[in-house]
Amino acid sequence: MLSFWNRFSRNRSAVLGLGIIALILLMAVIAPLIFPGDPFGLAGKSMSPPGANGFLLGSDSLGRDVAAGIAHGAKTSLLIGLIATLVAVLVGVIMGALAGYYGGIIDDLLMRTTEMFQTIPSFVFAILLVAIMKPSIESVVIAIAVVSWPAVARLVRGEFLSLRNREFVQACHTVGMSDVRIMLGEILPNCLSPIIVIGSLMVATAILIESGLAFLGLGDPNVMSWGFQIGAGRTLLRSAWWVCTFPGIAILLTVLAINLVGEGLNDALNPRLRERAS
Amino acid sequence: MTRLLDIQGLHVALPAGGQRAYAVENASLHLDENEILCVVGESGSGKSLTARAVMGLLPRPHVRIAKGSVSLQGEDLAKAKEPRMRELRGSEISMIFQEPMTALNPVMTIGDQIDEVFRFHAAMSGRERREKALTLLNDVQIPDPAQTILAYPHELSGGQRQRAMIAMALALDPKILIADEPTTALDVTTQAQILKLIKEMQDEHGTGVLFITHDFGVVADIADRVAVMQHGLVVEAGTTEQVLTRPEHPYTQALIASVPSLEPRPARPRSPEIVMRVNELDKTYTSGGGFLGGEARVVHAAKQVTLDLARGETLGIVGESGSGKSTVARCIVRLNDAEAGQILLGDADIRPLGRAAMRPYRSKIQMVFQDPFASLNPRARVGKIIAQGPLLQGETPQAARARATELLETVGLDKGAYDRFPHEFSGGQRQRIGIARALALNPEILVADEPVSALDVSIQAQILKLLDEIRDRMNLSMVFITHDLRVAAQVCDRIAVMRRGEVVEQGPTAEIFAAPKHVYTRELLSAVPGRDYFKTVEEHAKMSV
Repeated sequence: MLSFWNRFSRNRSAVLGLGIIALILLMAVIAPLIFPGDPFGLAGKSMSPPGANGFLLGSDSLGRDVAAGIAHGAKTSLLIGLIATLVAVLVGVIMGALAGYYGGIIDDLLMRTTEMFQTIPSFVFAILLVAIMKPSIESVVIAIAVVSWPAVARLVRGEFLSLRNREFVQACHTVGMSDVRIMLGEILPNCLSPIIVIGSLMVATAILIESGLAFLGLGDPNVMSWGFQIGAGRTLLRSAWWVCTFPGIAILLTVLAINLVGEGLNDALNPRLRERAS
Repeated sequence: MTRLLDIQGLHVALPAGGQRAYAVENASLHLDENEILCVVGESGSGKSLTARAVMGLLPRPHVRIAKGSVSLQGEDLAKAKEPRMRELRGSEISMIFQEPMTALNPVMTIGDQIDEVFRFHAAMSGRERREKALTLLNDVQIPDPAQTILAYPHELSGGQRQRAMIAMALALDPKILIADEPTTALDVTTQAQILKLIKEMQDEHGTGVLFITHDFGVVADIADRVAVMQHGLVVEAGTTEQVLTRPEHPYTQALIASVPSLEPRPARPRSPEIVMRVNELDKTYTSGGGFLGGEARVVHAAKQVTLDLARGETLGIVGESGSGKSTVARCIVRLNDAEAGQILLGDADIRPLGRAAMRPYRSKIQMVFQDPFASLNPRARVGKIIAQGPLLQGETPQAARARATELLETVGLDKGAYDRFPHEFSGGQRQRIGIARALALNPEILVADEPVSALDVSIQAQILKLLDEIRDRMNLSMVFITHDLRVAAQVCDRIAVMRRGEVVEQGPTAEIFAAPKHVYTRELLSAVPGRDYFKTVEEHAKMSV
């Protein structure tokens, strides 16, 4: 564990990313303390520039506090990103593991299904799904998970394909181990690294998709999110630049930080780089 | 007189923080015209890096020449600039590699690749180049050169690819040919042909050959002089006769002593109890075909294979690659499903059994795998790897743990190994762990698929001895798959020789070695490298005793 941290911390930008994520997490946690009350509530004079009328980052056309929106929106973005990714990874691992391990007809069936999902552009597909279900947190999570799992399934299938014929897996067959145990106990631990890496990068994509959906007005109308803020401020871009800009910077920083961490994880977990270091 | 190649005090530095500072330390070697110098050593001895240093092909910047000189007819290559090295490579020094499939470009025809050599180094017309290429391929005795020139590497056999490589290497009549384990990846009969070819070509062109190998048999067949390397040091050098018959350094002595003898060990009485019978086993592989695949190709990996195994004996299955020996082994342990025939354990035929029905028989037959690096789960601790078999068969965790600890000792490892990971062990130690795992279920039959072919020769001897001891102590019967007749002579009571899926001959080892009946067996036996040489050495030894 310690050596893992040593390898990870060798990558400075990954540590920076981790720091930014920690700050955003902190912001999400203490949002109700520093900005008590509803972020949708009218807090004062509308269209105040940053710094004026007691608004740190200004207010929008209805007099809502942009800073409060960002703080409360952080929770939405992170939660949706995390949960959607977890669901996608879970589904992807199951599909990919079954396809890669059993091969043959099962593989054909599962992979053709996966390809069906992959033929539709993911963002358009997400819009379609949310439009069919009614816009709510759950439907956004489901939509993001549905468009994200095929990538995980393909990756896991490839790993399982190459690992299932290794001699150590065959040795498990010769002692009569069951398929489920071989898959979960023997093969899966050996392909955790790429799954962790792709998962961490997927969180960033999920946040982007969520913001996109909220921008188009397909987010949950009762939950504050960064995408919603940008959507609301988009018509005012020339008269009140701050309404769009600060949530935009928040998204940029979060996605960048997560990508940096993902990259760092990749370096730290990649066995070939590890060998070179030792 | 300036020597053709003179290496003086060569140091090749490794990246800082590694196990040792130098891969090659203070190596001094020389090579004259028209001679073959064999550099022998085990893995990690620095023999390959020495060869690469001469070619200027070290993986820079991590690995570089730190000190010393490599002079080619007086010109120091250690100080030569890259453009000059490019000029020399191919025209003055050329190289052939272990694996011709990866050394040749898979998307270019053989003809184009030979052509490249001429285009870079000599001014010749296209027609001249083609004719030269044809002559070369003719010289290396490739059947049908006109056809080969148009072939891609994958369309040739391993031996033919190596011949093509040699043709390329000799295209510009270089003064030095460096051969880095050129026959290690080849079958024994092909190896004998390639060694003969290298010797002939060297004779004809007067080339100096720097031949890297780990195999003393090959040394005996081909070398004029020998240099032995250990841990980056040249520990002994001299003429082949000197080094092989009167080795001075203890390491050389140990290496030569661990070359298994071709003399089969004395026969032991065969137990009347037959533990396993294999009757007319058939297994085919189908490739291609299917949807849009065109016509399917069917390969008979095992054809009417019939064997029997008595209690306490070791049955060797020998053959070259593609002979189906591994397939038979895998069918016996039921990793592959044979299509027809019987595998009788006592009275029970386990061939058609499904997974659930097979489970009670699993513990009776266990397998030791070839590759000690791929056969252990890198994420599992050694203890868990060994104990999981007994656990699955319903032992309590305490009993399984006790069993695993006991087995670690049986195979000669420390008890502390229990909580460590496989990557902390060397190849030989890993193979011991693999053996412990196979023994954990108290099997009656142990199937070992090339268990020592990935190991250095000194480690090989230890593992073979261990397998022998265990077999006697636990009254095991063993099926031992190998391509190496020397190894077979040392461990097998009986031998079955396989070719293209068929058993062409089987019987007691001593009988087969003394009077092989089948042509193919005779071919195999006569192709064993160093056969004549070591025979005379052994006879000398016997007489002196």
